[in-house]
Formats: sequence, structure tokens, C-alpha cells
Amino acid sequence: MQKLIEARDVYTNFFTFEGVVKALNGVSIIVNQGETYGLVGESGCGKSVTVRSIMRIVQSPGRIVGGKILLFLSREDKGQGIDILKRSEAYMESIRGNDISMIFQEASTSLNPVLSIGYQVAESFLLHRLDEMLKETIDTLKAEIESGKLFITGWWKKFQGLLFKAELKGLERYTDMVAGIDRRLYELEDSTDKISIDERNHLNRKRDRLKKTVFVVQCVRHLPFIKHYGKKLHKTIRIHVIDLLKELGVPNPQNVPDMYPHELSGGMQQRIVIAIALACHPKLLIADEPTSNLDVTIQAQIIDLIKNLKSTSIASVLFITHDLGLVAEMCDRVTVMYAGDACETAAVKDLFKEPLHPYTKGLLRSVPKLKAQKELESIPGTVPNLIHPPSGCRFHPRCPHAKDICSEDKPPLTEHSEGHFIACYLYT
Amino acid sequence: MNETVVNEREEKEKIAVHPRLQEFLFSTRRFLKNPLTIIGLVIIILFALIAVFAPLIAPPHGSDPYRIPHTGWKMTPSPPSDIHPLGTLEQQYDIFYGVVWGTRLAFRIGVTVVFANLLIGIILGALAGYYGGIADEIIMRITDMFYAIPFLVAAMALVVAIGRGLKAVIIVLIILGWPTYTRVIRGEILVLREKDYILAARAGGASSLRIIFKHILPNSIYSVLIIASMNIGTVVLTAAALSFLGLGSETGYADWGQMVAMSRNWIVGPADNRLAFWYVVIIPGFVIAMFVLGWNLLGDAARDVFDPKMRRR
Repeated sequence: MQKLIEARDVYTNFFTFEGVVKALNGVSIIVNQGETYGLVGESGCGKSVTVRSIMRIVQSPGRIVGGKILLFLSREDKGQGIDILKRSEAYMESIRGNDISMIFQEASTSLNPVLSIGYQVAESFLLHRLDEMLKETIDTLKAEIESGKLFITGWWKKFQGLLFKAELKGLERYTDMVAGIDRRLYELEDSTDKISIDERNHLNRKRDRLKKTVFVVQCVRHLPFIKHYGKKLHKTIRIHVIDLLKELGVPNPQNVPDMYPHELSGGMQQRIVIAIALACHPKLLIADEPTSNLDVTIQAQIIDLIKNLKSTSIASVLFITHDLGLVAEMCDRVTVMYAGDACETAAVKDLFKEPLHPYTKGLLRSVPKLKAQKELESIPGTVPNLIHPPSGCRFHPRCPHAKDICSEDKPPLTEHSEGHFIACYLYT
Repeated sequence: MNETVVNEREEKEKIAVHPRLQEFLFSTRRFLKNPLTIIGLVIIILFALIAVFAPLIAPPHGSDPYRIPHTGWKMTPSPPSDIHPLGTLEQQYDIFYGVVWGTRLAFRIGVTVVFANLLIGIILGALAGYYGGIADEIIMRITDMFYAIPFLVAAMALVVAIGRGLKAVIIVLIILGWPTYTRVIRGEILVLREKDYILAARAGGASSLRIIFKHILPNSIYSVLIIASMNIGTVVLTAAALSFLGLGSETGYADWGQMVAMSRNWIVGPADNRLAFWYVVIIPGFVIAMFVLGWNLLGDAARDVFDPKMRRR
């Protein structure tokens, strides 16, 4: 299978006042093209930090301190991948929301209360699809000029068209420059000598600067009076927004863009969040517990929606949840996490049929079953404090099968059977 | 029959009113509900009209319209008469003319200073709040320094250093005024920075500048706007105080503070009639007080209208 994104031994720490919280302890996951990948674990085990590290949006005081995150996009050579931890922030901005996008836990808080729904969905198009939108606007303007009869509006439209064309030209020049920088950076990807590192840093900074310049230039569009010429562009984008909302089953899509988040129900808000994430047809959709705050019927709707979209418009889904039932229903492959460690990675059937890691076993035993009569089992002990995590395997203080070596060395992730990886000394 | 007609009319109204217009109507209703607001609004509109139509109300004589015309050098103020509807100051400066053109000046000072303060304060506060770290440390320590020095003393010292005059007063008020806004904006942004929707915007590929200007500022700007609308009055009052102390405009300039300064010697009249020169102090003083009061009332109203947390109650 073709890999899409690979996190290799990622370490993320939070440098707090109480001490360094070692939130990720060398997590490795691989998401392939076209699969639904599950990330399971209890609260605070680092699921969200893992995906935020993948997108490089770990909030301060957190920092990724080690490891590699490789991205395999069709744009450049697929074989090697691009280590996004070495790339500039501007590069990440072009990836986020475009190739990888994310849905957050609570829809109500991940929508900005003072911006209209229409604007928030349109922003994805403005950020990543501006060239297409400009082209479309120019085309509609041309058509209108040909069919129009009024002399004055014709001139105004021609003038608008000229401005849009100028904007498009500038954008294309910027895209070319950026593409050049990215190509050169890709060539320098693996070289480690000082000159190429210097050149790499220089290019990364240059890319950041270019992006800032473009932002400042684009601000001209928002000046009073001048901003009126941009209305046509926003009309074009609005058509796309309405189409997208229709596709996602939002009722009354003509009026929803003018509404504000508080006017919508929780399920609708989640749909809007999904719409924002899907606007640019991402290759990977990261869903960070998308249903945990919704009631069950809405949960089912949202899950069905993601499933349908998976078959039509997105390539892969990285699904975070603590609901094992959902995992069984949705995912192809699963990684079980515990306290910042990836314990076990397997195909969903293998994991439920034959759990190997003691933590996975405990987790599955603690799920209520239909026919069970006795009291529900739980894993003894509590999640460790990650400022002073247990040495070796982080699960060993709670593990019923702990050996001496467990408290000394961290078990490596090894392949037990085909596609079934496990980090535990019981199986080596 | 009747009911259906009413319903139909309601339906029509619902369709006809654009959501933005509806929002505007709601705001206006909210705004006009408070009688004090209306008083404030009337006061400010009155002043604005006076400022706009100043050349018609009191036609200027010389090349500089802000210079109050004076008829003679007599030191004793003269009471209201046909030629001088509100009387004159010492050296026969016309009070009516001074009040009218002083309104223009007050607006000029207030709006310029507050606008510049807002601009500086918002930009610095946004940088400090969003980026944190060393930028935050430097900017906030500078504001602390500004707060450590008594405002009026610092203003006087700076005006003297720059060279007295109205321009100096405006510049100094701009220099000293921004820390309030910076602090408020920074505090607001520190709270907003951690919100999920900011993270969501980042995950959507928005750059930091875009996040600051498009996602954070619209959420945090209202409290600053409210402070600003209240501060216009305060700024004018401070400028008047500086003029009163002899640091602002020169003698005979249509500046309310300057007019009060010129009436300093005439607060109490001669022994037989203590209130002989009442018009000299009371009229310019009253005008200043009304101007400040008007802006303060409007500021309260602005909070009712702007603050999304207050408005839906």
C-alpha cells in the first residue's frame, strides 16, 4: 500500500513550570492512502498531541523535540517523503487545510462566534483555492460583459476583470517562486553538510517572508472603496460554499452562510466544521473525537456522513476516539496508545480477535458486553504523571505480567505477525 | 381574515428585512432604550453640528479662523450684549466665537488623539498578546513605565520638551495614551489565543497575521472601542487642563482650556458684586463639562450595543 503520512519516533514535550511533561515518547504511526486509521486510548494518553504534532500545531509551551514526520504527496517524489518538521511555517500553512485538515472535538468552540458561517467556510477557498476562484470570476465577468447591454456597467466590469487578472498574475508568480523554492528544498532534503543546511534555512526564511509580503499586499484589497471590486470574487466563492453545504446535507443552504454559529444546533455546527475541513478535498482528514459531545442519533448521522465522504471525496481518515465500538465500526487499522506510547498497532479484526498487549487486553475487558452478567473489569492503578513517567515500558506498574526488564528498557515496536506490531517484552 | 392579513404582512416584513438591516435595527432599538443615551447622543450631535457649521454660526474675520477676534484691549470682561451674545473675556475676546470654534478644535484633538492611540495600542497589544515571549515582555514593561509616571506631570514635561503649542499637546497625548489600549487588547488576546477556534483556524492553514487580524481582533476590539469612546471626552479635558496651565495654545486661540485660563483672574468680581463676571468662567467651563459628559454617556451606550455578551440579555 502507498504510504500517505508517517510519524517516526516523535517526541513531544510540554515545558511547564512544574517540569517537562513528556507527552509523546517516540510514537510511530503510518497512515496509508485510502484507509481509515484509528487512534485509541484513554484521556490524556497523547492522542490529540500526536495529531497536533503531525500538523505542527502543538500549542505553547509544547514543542516537538525529536523524530520525523514524513509526508508522501504526489506532487513530488513519492518514494522518500518530505520531513515537514524541517520545513518553514509558510510551507505548513499551504499544507494545513489543503492536504491535511482537521475536525476538532467540540464544534461549538471551534467556530469563531463573531464571523459568519459563510465567511468561515469561504476562508478555506480563499486560502488554498484562490487561483481557481479568480479564474472563475474572470470567466463569469467575461460572460456578463458579452451579454450585458448597459454601457457603464460594462466598463466597470471590464475594470474589475483587469484587476482580477492582475491579481491572478501576481498569485501565479508567487506560486512559481514558491514551487521553485520547494523543489530546491526537496533536493536538499537529505544532505547534512553545513552549506546545504545554511541554504535550507535561508530558503525556509525566504518562503516565510514571501508569504508575509503577499499577506500585506492582499490587505490592499480590504481598504475602503477598493474592497468593492472584490465583491464578485466573494459571490463566486459563495456559490461554492452553498454547493458544499448542500453536499453535506445542511438544510436551507441558501441562508446558512449568513448565519452565525450560535444560531445552529450542535449537529449542524459539526457539519459546518466538516465542511470547512473538506472544502479543499484533503488527502487526509484528521477527526479528533468528532462525536464525543453529540447525542447518539446525531453521532450516528455524523459517522455516516464521514463514512460516505470517505468513499467519495477524501482519501484517508485518521480517527481519534476512546470509543472502541466506533473503532470496530469505522477503522481499517488501529493504534492503541498508553501514556504517550504506541503500544499496539494492528488491523481492526486482529486487534479485537487477538489482542496481545496487556493494556489492550485490559481495555477490551473493560468494555460492557450485551450478554455479560458479572461486574465490569477495570485496569488497576491510574495513569502515570507524565512529568515523572515510569522508566522502561510506561505500562509496567499496572501490568499483571511485568518482568524485570520492563522497568529498565523501553520495549521496541516489533512485528509479531503480518501487520500486527506490538511493543511488549512478552512477545520477544 | 384579519389574522391572515397580519400574518402575510409579517411574512413580507421578514423577507424584506436583510439580516444586516435587522441587526442594525436591533442595535438602534437597544441604543435608544436608555434615556441617558439619548441625552448623550443629543449633546454630541449638537456639538457636531456646531463644529460643522462653525463658519456660518460665527463667520471668521482673519486668516486663521481659530483666532478669536477681539475688539479693543480693555482688561475688564464685558457682559453679554448685542455685539457679544455671550460677553467677552479680558482684552475683549468674544466668548461666543471662542465656544463655537473651540468645538471644532475639541473634536479635532479628541478624535485625532484617540484614533492614533487606538492604532498604536491595538497593534502593539496584538503583537504582545499573540506572540508572547520577549515581544510581550518588552512592550508590557514599556507600558508599565508609562503607568509609573503621573500622567499630567509627564504630559507637562513632554510638552515643554517638544515646545509648547497645540501640536505638541496632541503629540504628547498620543505618546502617553496608548498603554491603556495595549493592556486591554493584550489581556483579551491572551484569553482568545487558547480558544479552539483559533487552533481550528491554524489547522485550516491561516497564517498568524491573518489569525490576528481576521479571527482574534474582531472578537476583542469591542472593549477597546468602548474605552475609546469614553476617552474622547477625557482627552479633551486633559488638553484643556494643559492649555489652562499655559502649555497649550497661545492667548486668544479658540480653545476652551485657553478660555478658562484667560478667565482665571475674573472668577470673583469686585466687592460690591461678587458674581459680576459669572459668564467668563461658567460658559467655557460648562461647555467642556457638557462635551465630556456627552461622550461618557455615549460610551456607556456603546457598551450596550457592541458587547455581544451584554446585548442579548
